[in-house]
Amino acid sequence: MGAQVTEVSDVDTIETAAVETDTVRMNMIQAINSALDVMMARDATVTVMGEDVGYFGGVFRATAGLQGKYGKTRVFDTPITEIGIIGVAIGMGAYGLRPVPEIQFADYIYPALDQLVSEAARLRYRSAGEFTAPITVRSPYGGGIFGGQTHSQSPEGIFTHVSGIKTVIPSTPYDAKGLLIAAIEDNDPVLFLEPKRIYNGPFNGYWDRPAENWSKHPGGAVPSGYYRVELGKAQVVRPGEALTILAYGTMVHVCRAVVEEAGVDAEIVDLRTLVPLDIETIEASVKKTGRCMIVHEATRTGGFGAELSALVQERCFYHLEAPIERVTGFDTPYPHSLEWAYFPGPVRIGQALEKIMKDV
Amino acid sequence: MASEHPRANLPPLSLHVPEPRFRPGDPVDFAAVDVPAAGSARRPDTATPAGEFHELAYTLVRVLDDDGQAVGPWDPKLSPDMLRRMLRSMVQLRAFDERMFRAQRQGKTSFYMKALGEEAVAIAAAYALDRDDMCFPSYRQQGLLIARGYPLVEMMNQIYSNSGDKLGGKQLPIMYSAKDFGFFSISGNLTTQYPQAVGWAMASAAQGDTRIAATWCGEGSTAEGDFHSACTFAAVYRAPVVLNVVNNQWAISSFSGFAGAEATTFAARAVGYGIAGLRVDGNDALAVYAATQWAAERARTNQGPTLIEHFTYRAEGHSTSDDPTQYRSAGEPNAWPLGDPVRRLKDHLIAVGEWDEERHAAQDKEVAEEVKAAQKEAEKNGILGHGLHQPLDSLFDGVFEEMPWHLKEQRQQMLDEETASGRPWARK
Ligand SMILES: Cc1ncc(C[n+]2csc(CCOP(=O)(O)OP(=O)(O)O)c2C)c(N)n1
Ligand SMILES: [Mg+2]
Repeated sequence: MGAQVTEVSDVDTIETAAVETDTVRMNMIQAINSALDVMMARDATVTVMGEDVGYFGGVFRATAGLQGKYGKTRVFDTPITEIGIIGVAIGMGAYGLRPVPEIQFADYIYPALDQLVSEAARLRYRSAGEFTAPITVRSPYGGGIFGGQTHSQSPEGIFTHVSGIKTVIPSTPYDAKGLLIAAIEDNDPVLFLEPKRIYNGPFNGYWDRPAENWSKHPGGAVPSGYYRVELGKAQVVRPGEALTILAYGTMVHVCRAVVEEAGVDAEIVDLRTLVPLDIETIEASVKKTGRCMIVHEATRTGGFGAELSALVQERCFYHLEAPIERVTGFDTPYPHSLEWAYFPGPVRIGQALEKIMKDV
Repeated sequence: MASEHPRANLPPLSLHVPEPRFRPGDPVDFAAVDVPAAGSARRPDTATPAGEFHELAYTLVRVLDDDGQAVGPWDPKLSPDMLRRMLRSMVQLRAFDERMFRAQRQGKTSFYMKALGEEAVAIAAAYALDRDDMCFPSYRQQGLLIARGYPLVEMMNQIYSNSGDKLGGKQLPIMYSAKDFGFFSISGNLTTQYPQAVGWAMASAAQGDTRIAATWCGEGSTAEGDFHSACTFAAVYRAPVVLNVVNNQWAISSFSGFAGAEATTFAARAVGYGIAGLRVDGNDALAVYAATQWAAERARTNQGPTLIEHFTYRAEGHSTSDDPTQYRSAGEPNAWPLGDPVRRLKDHLIAVGEWDEERHAAQDKEVAEEVKAAQKEAEKNGILGHGLHQPLDSLFDGVFEEMPWHLKEQRQQMLDEETASGRPWARK
């Protein structure tokens, strides 16, 4: 990381492949914007498309300024049809471009399911590699913004279940940029889910405490140029001995706040990429701590936590000193007014923490 | 790969990306918008096969002329009483929108969407349909509820997600559901209601009923696959349904060109599907009424579906979440050539001697008071307060008819969490 950043805390161990010296403060939106900018400048085939992404720069401003810089044939608004957006992106990919379509909210990805599941995910396999889908589908996901049922969902588990799609979820501006660059350079389809609750700052899970921004967080220090955070590599964001917490996106920050407050020496593993999963980091951590807690905001049944739990059980069973704990959103649609009763916040995580640590 | 067809002299291909006529700062001149004279469109008999009036998909059915007179074959010849009722509903809708928009700005709720400038579309249709016809609206047809007499307080309760909210705070503000008022539950996902309306209409036909369905979506939403599936089903089964496209020119920041408006009209979609298509001045309440009545009659007499494009203008931002001056010229709303729907109906009533400025001003005041009183009443049930008005244990209601074991367990977990948090919430 750049030399001028001095407030890197001891609990953060960002490994970096940066080749640039210049590091600046960014929030997650700016980091995503910067990744797109860097990649569009480096590679003339990178093409950004989606509802309202052009002149307006996206409803969350993630593509602001790009159309003015790279022109309308490389950054363009699309008709409102998610299946069309993904299908067209696949076709552009077949031509040789590297499209980065945006789905305005992850809740609106369902109309695109057939093109993602039957097409993007299967193209390499069914054509013996003649055709591939080197697309990166960006989409804001997750709740905590009073968005109601259709601006809050976490659908990652639907896609991790589909063979042939990579699923990436950053938890800091630094990771968001590096992972997005790696995703764009990847020759397989990548679903890049952006935790919109932490676009502007990390979130400790307390909705009634003042919002934080990224200016003091080490992950808000972002090289202005090109760098990659490799896909498939988790990061231990808080080393510890007492238990392992597997989390991603917003929940990484909530978990960290909870364990700090509880004074529990947890090791928090930020998965960053769900598929392909960094199983080595997970295994090493659980074998070291002997306890594993899995935290995600998505609904519980059939969620990605179930897969993680099965993997840990299969690979670390003889090291486990307590049953694996899963902390998740409830199996209901995302409510509007009761959003904070739904959200797996500090109390839910704290209770699971107590349970998993009770025999210590 | 060499081509067998030499094209050395052809210029290279270029990609067309639509661009609206005006961006922020541009002076606005809508001279290029073709506005045919009121009364100029013919009105075929409702039994005419859809293939015999294709031109109606490319013109504008207009009734109110520049002098406020109702002219031509589409004049629905409504009684002064009916005209006044429509006017009042439109004024109510506008006042309601204004007040709820402000409530959101005051932090009383999370979200709001106005229908400013397009009030005639929902209101006139509501009056032209029968009270028991089923409506499948988008989020911008709150006018249907207002015209059908749904209590304003109930709407506000929903907007506030308060203890009076019949939807239990589960839905985003304005995503109403009112079965008793023939108003289907609004989805946040665009155009899903379109095939659903067709299905309802098919069921009504299959059951030998006399009720029809009507649905609405924005012009931007016509790009969704659901729109096209709905048109195909409606055509194939001659479903008794009125398919409305509200072309208010904008879809958040994207102008109608991104839904295909540079090439043709939205009503013209009907031509390809072989269904009846009408293009209507959406700011002319009488034209909207007449077109809806005509389409309803076709539907009710087994002539099948009609697609109506309502040509109008979204005079405000998309919702409380955007600032329209970031992507379009601030001069557009005032320059819109089809005027203000409230004003046009009012002028008509005055022109025919059935209304005057004093009565209108008095009505404005009365309606403002009515809306204000409703707001006061609704706020007694609370404003959006981080769920504190909803019984905590209602979170799990309505996932299924019967609650399975895993939801019961999770509900208990949630109640335990509440106890542990030391911050009690309301209970059922
Ligand atoms: C499936 C889906 N995709 C995207 C969105 C986000 N979105 C909400 S409203 C809107 C614009 C719709 O414009 P239009 O259909 O013209 O209706 P209007 O808002 O003008 O009434 C978009 C893109 C959504 N709600 N659902
Ligand atoms: Mg529109």
